[in-house]
Amino acid sequence: MSDQLGLWSVLIAVIGGAIRVSTPFLFVSLGETITERSGRINLGLEGTLVFGAMSAYATAVLTDSPWAGVAVAGLAGGAFGLLHGFVCRLPRVNDVAVGIALMLFGSGLAFFLGKPFIQPSAPPLPAIPFGFWSDLPQVQAALRVNVLFLVGAALSVLLWWAFRNTKAGLIVRVVGDSADAARAMGYDVDRVRLYATAAGGVLAGIGGAYLSLYYPGSWNEGVSSGQGLMAVALVIFARWNPLACFGAALLFGGAGALGPALQSVGISQGYYLFYAAPYVLTLALLIATSSTERALAGAPGELSLSK
Amino acid sequence: MVADAAPSVMPVQAARPSTGLQVRAWLARRSEAVAIPVAAAVAGFLLFGVFLLALGKSPLQLVDLVYRAGFGSSFALGNSLQRAAPLLFTALCVALPARLGLVVIGGEGAIVLGGLAAAAFAQPLAAFPAVIAIPLMALAAAFAGAVWIGSVGWLQAYRGVNATISSLLLSYIAIAIANHLIEGPLRDPTSLNKPSTLPIGDAFMLPPMPVIGVHWGLGCGVIACILAYILMDRTTLGFAARIAGGNVRAAQIQGLPVGRLIVGFTALGGVFAALAGFFEVAAVQGTANGTLVAGYGYTGILVAFLARQNPIAIIPVAILLGGIEASSGLIQRRMQLPDATVLVLEGLLFLIVLMSETLYGRFKIFSPHLWQAKAETMPAPAASAAA
Repeated sequence: MSDQLGLWSVLIAVIGGAIRVSTPFLFVSLGETITERSGRINLGLEGTLVFGAMSAYATAVLTDSPWAGVAVAGLAGGAFGLLHGFVCRLPRVNDVAVGIALMLFGSGLAFFLGKPFIQPSAPPLPAIPFGFWSDLPQVQAALRVNVLFLVGAALSVLLWWAFRNTKAGLIVRVVGDSADAARAMGYDVDRVRLYATAAGGVLAGIGGAYLSLYYPGSWNEGVSSGQGLMAVALVIFARWNPLACFGAALLFGGAGALGPALQSVGISQGYYLFYAAPYVLTLALLIATSSTERALAGAPGELSLSK
Repeated sequence: MVADAAPSVMPVQAARPSTGLQVRAWLARRSEAVAIPVAAAVAGFLLFGVFLLALGKSPLQLVDLVYRAGFGSSFALGNSLQRAAPLLFTALCVALPARLGLVVIGGEGAIVLGGLAAAAFAQPLAAFPAVIAIPLMALAAAFAGAVWIGSVGWLQAYRGVNATISSLLLSYIAIAIANHLIEGPLRDPTSLNKPSTLPIGDAFMLPPMPVIGVHWGLGCGVIACILAYILMDRTTLGFAARIAGGNVRAAQIQGLPVGRLIVGFTALGGVFAALAGFFEVAAVQGTANGTLVAGYGYTGILVAFLARQNPIAIIPVAILLGGIEASSGLIQRRMQLPDATVLVLEGLLFLIVLMSETLYGRFKIFSPHLWQAKAETMPAPAASAAA
């Protein structure tokens, strides 16, 4: 079948891969956007993602409900976010370093507590077959869209709107752009950042639930291939804009699917190099747009990255 | 940070305190730098003990196992030291740029490229004697690491690209390049299940160090830490780097070459991380393969932060963590705990030590001013009498 389709099958596989792989990127990057917009960076979302994957899987195994798993993953992610926000409140504590520590701690704890859940199988999250109109199994497979992907897409629009039009969104932006201005307006900067980091953790935890409950759809220690860390780069790529996060997540997902898709039509040369495509892309974009003279366009003023 | 530090609150240098009190003031400041991290580490271990108790396991048994498997016998100690060797190097790759205010977390990429460069250069050098070939292999590794992490510094200094993010991205790119080369052009056709480069050959394998029996990576790592300490704390270059790390503007106004300092120190960090890869290939594996991506780069970040970026403190911390990681297997078997136990402990230690950063300067007992103030009270009656 794939012989007849030729290179079209590569395109279909890349689109399908983009939809399938992008959801964790999307959730983690939206979470990181909320956190970074408040002026703090949480590098620990990789740990939150892995812990979310574990807790969602374990809950789904125990309760037989994947949605309970998603809820627990979100709560667990929120707890990690609160921990990060709380530790960073202490004076002279570096948020980047705390993130690295939480990455280690979160994935360590997930592997530790998740050991008994590697064997049993959990009920997966439901997907909607948008490819029903086509006879081609490839198209049908590519267009099986998970519900969480749609939730994430809606969320990116909602966040984009909320950052512009709601009081909460504006408060987060003020705190992120100038802590002094926020203090002068009477807002508790640390508390806003605490909540923003917790909200970011919730989303990253849900992204983890997608990993273990849909794609790849099982819990083991290699469930995340660094999506949580890549999402940090993705947020910069998307210029802290939730709508752009959606596009960037699709792009990263599609770039990751390119290697396997080309291999399936017999082009296996440089298979591993294609894995690096998203990283090269992000780095190239960073180099092209950064400057020593000014901060990145769209970067929150309080962010240690852009200072 | 605050520009308007009022000059009026500066302590007036009245009578010069006696030498004995100066020593005590110096000791007070120094003991703070030791007491707080040690207390934080102890708190981390205690917290982990509570975690184990909650799971119905005995913390004392864990301590006993870590001691026995990590340090109890000469074999155990050798194993721990072998694991500590790469950590010494990778921690330096974090600690040196850290003095310039850069958080570089991409040491993993430099290890992999260093190991790969060493293995790749072993083939064309096969005709040469080991005395020439091995240093050239090390040089190739060092060059790869210097270019890789040095470019992180260059991007930060001259293009304004954040070093944390670029080092992370470059590390993923390095691993992809290494996978590509190990699975493709450089692959040994006879390595079936575990793709590897051609073996470097027994003649090029480094012998163990005399007496200790651990490979030379340990000795070189310790020397590297000492040299890094001398460079950072005892030379004008290191002093300039610390000024640039403290306040870039001030350093620029002083005419310090901030950009070149950043590139130089990150490149040196890259050299060290790449040497970790070189020793893994030339002293342990004998070939470059996937085992180079063993997380030494990430554990090195932990070591550097636990050592508070002090090159000398890296030595004991790396040995301690080497011992803890060496005991992982025994903990798993004897206590029926998952292998991630060590990761949980490491994460907890990391968090607590970072939190302890907030404690510096909070305890009066460590304050040099307390001791100097005592010195000043002595001539005070005479001064008031004169007035």
